[in-house]
Amino acid sequence: MIKKLFLLLALTGPFAVAVAQPAESDDDIAWGEYLTRIGNCAGCHTATGGEAFAGGRPVESQFGTFFTPNITPDPETGIGNWTQEQFWRALHEGKRADGKAMYPACPYPNFTRVQRSDVDAIYAYLRTVPAVKQENREHDLDFVASMRSLVSVWQALFFKPGVYEIDSGHDGRWNRGAYLVEGLAHCNACHSERNAFGASRAGDNAPGARIREWYAPSLYSSEEAGLQGWPVEKGAELLRTGKADDASTMGPMADVVYHSLQYLTEEDALAMAEYLHLLPNQQVESTVRLLSVSKPRLETMQAAGGKIYEESCQDCHGAEGEGSIAAPALAGNRAVLMRDPTNVVNIIREGGYPPATAGNPRPFGMPPFSHLSVEELAAVVTYIRTSWGNDAPPVSTANVR
Amino acid sequence: MVLASCGVGTALGAPADTMEQRVAPCLACHGETGADLESGYAPRLHGKPAGYLFNQLVNFREGRRYNHAMNLMVAHLSDAYLWEMSEFFAEAEAPYADPVTTPAGSETLRRGRQLATEGDAALNIPSCQSCHGERLTGVEPNTPGLVGLPRFYIMAQLGAWRAGTRRAAEPDCMHDIANSLSGSDTQAVATWLASQPVPEDPSPAQEPAVEPPMECGSVNLPGYEQ
Repeated sequence: MIKKLFLLLALTGPFAVAVAQPAESDDDIAWGEYLTRIGNCAGCHTATGGEAFAGGRPVESQFGTFFTPNITPDPETGIGNWTQEQFWRALHEGKRADGKAMYPACPYPNFTRVQRSDVDAIYAYLRTVPAVKQENREHDLDFVASMRSLVSVWQALFFKPGVYEIDSGHDGRWNRGAYLVEGLAHCNACHSERNAFGASRAGDNAPGARIREWYAPSLYSSEEAGLQGWPVEKGAELLRTGKADDASTMGPMADVVYHSLQYLTEEDALAMAEYLHLLPNQQVESTVRLLSVSKPRLETMQAAGGKIYEESCQDCHGAEGEGSIAAPALAGNRAVLMRDPTNVVNIIREGGYPPATAGNPRPFGMPPFSHLSVEELAAVVTYIRTSWGNDAPPVSTANVR
Repeated sequence: MVLASCGVGTALGAPADTMEQRVAPCLACHGETGADLESGYAPRLHGKPAGYLFNQLVNFREGRRYNHAMNLMVAHLSDAYLWEMSEFFAEAEAPYADPVTTPAGSETLRRGRQLATEGDAALNIPSCQSCHGERLTGVEPNTPGLVGLPRFYIMAQLGAWRAGTRRAAEPDCMHDIANSLSGSDTQAVATWLASQPVPEDPSPAQEPAVEPPMECGSVNLPGYEQ
């Protein structure tokens, strides 16, 4: 994949820009498009309803709001003047074309694992997308975080560039999965809590992170989003179609499947699922403090929740939480049982559809129950967490606000 | 005001592999006659032109039209699926509720009727009828009916167009029209429209009665290049 490089020298005067123009075949560009999708570059670098890759999308963080930059080939407002080398340094070293350090809101701590030929293919593809003239918007960060010079310090402390290295103790498929999960697909950018300095905690018992008021569950626990307990094929199916048996992707993960993972080849989906399947399975730290509920209170909540369930949920989810063609089983469903009730509360309150994908083009959906009071919501969540053999802690009103 | 509840009383029976079951989340709020909700008004979708419904769903998905619940609901649905949903509702029939007359002065109703049926050339406002059909029941494929809607819903939409929280594909002609309407004109036309009975044939006209006075944008339907 190493490309011959044609350097266009600036011969015609001081204003002609010399940009390294690698000659790329259509295959390379198609490969670059595939990789760009798996990296979900457009997911962050496209504003809702905006031009593809022109940036401007707000990304909330503990330090304030980042606005993603324009990565179309526009020479003035995009990255049209970036050389292949500069693009590589951005993804591999977290450095902008002017040499300044990039904020780790862009997941280059993951992208640094991506090999040079793949980064070059992404670069080649991005040069073919329509150039959009759209000025970048200033980030809206708190005082300390707004000092970009500190980002170099952050990099020195928390970031070590390095391409993924093959682990000879595992087979090719596992290594491919590790390469994608740790690198381009940047799963832990959301599925692992960040420390006080915004660096992802990886490989330990860290809980997942809060993403747009959802909880991205840990990949290191089969009680959360871990695939340790699933056949590899089922994990691959969830990644590519957004649905597998009684598991569906909703909220921000539905975005990821819709815009990115549904385009995975079957081999790459299986590779990622295999790697995730073999991750250590451990108890992760608790993410929420669930207020305890007294026994009489619990019984009142179960009775009230059971009534709501019978009226509004049972037709689709079944009298015994067994599910139906249109709705997943709730008995034994880990989205219901997970200690942190954030996601199940969101799904009831907002409703929604899993993503429409090639493998699940006409998904059934969940109606929004936004009219439920916090008391009713806590009651029905507690009911489904404690019925039909489900044995998750009850949820009080304070935990559903 | 009766507050209906999303998600209650859809009464579909045992879930089956049907399109009706697939749009259960829609039906929870968009009942046969529309519903007043605590968060606003959910208009009826039944019998509206499929192209109109499809444009709205895509506009919600692409952020041209703002409603938190709707933006979330369609965020990951494909054009093909949204089109199938649009066709489902376009073909669904449901009776219209009787019009609700709001106490209004005769001058308000006169002005509303004038705007709806004649427009106001001096202000460069075309009549509603010239695009939405002589019977104001809409025109295939993309123009919705304006009768059978409550006054405050029509006012809210015109306001949203002015504020830019409801937009359509360019050229966004309703944005221009809403901006030409004064507050009292907005109220007048909404009041008059809401007071009109729905004609015996509530279906959208197949073609516009006159050459539409403005060009209005719409998104491409799946499989069609416009």
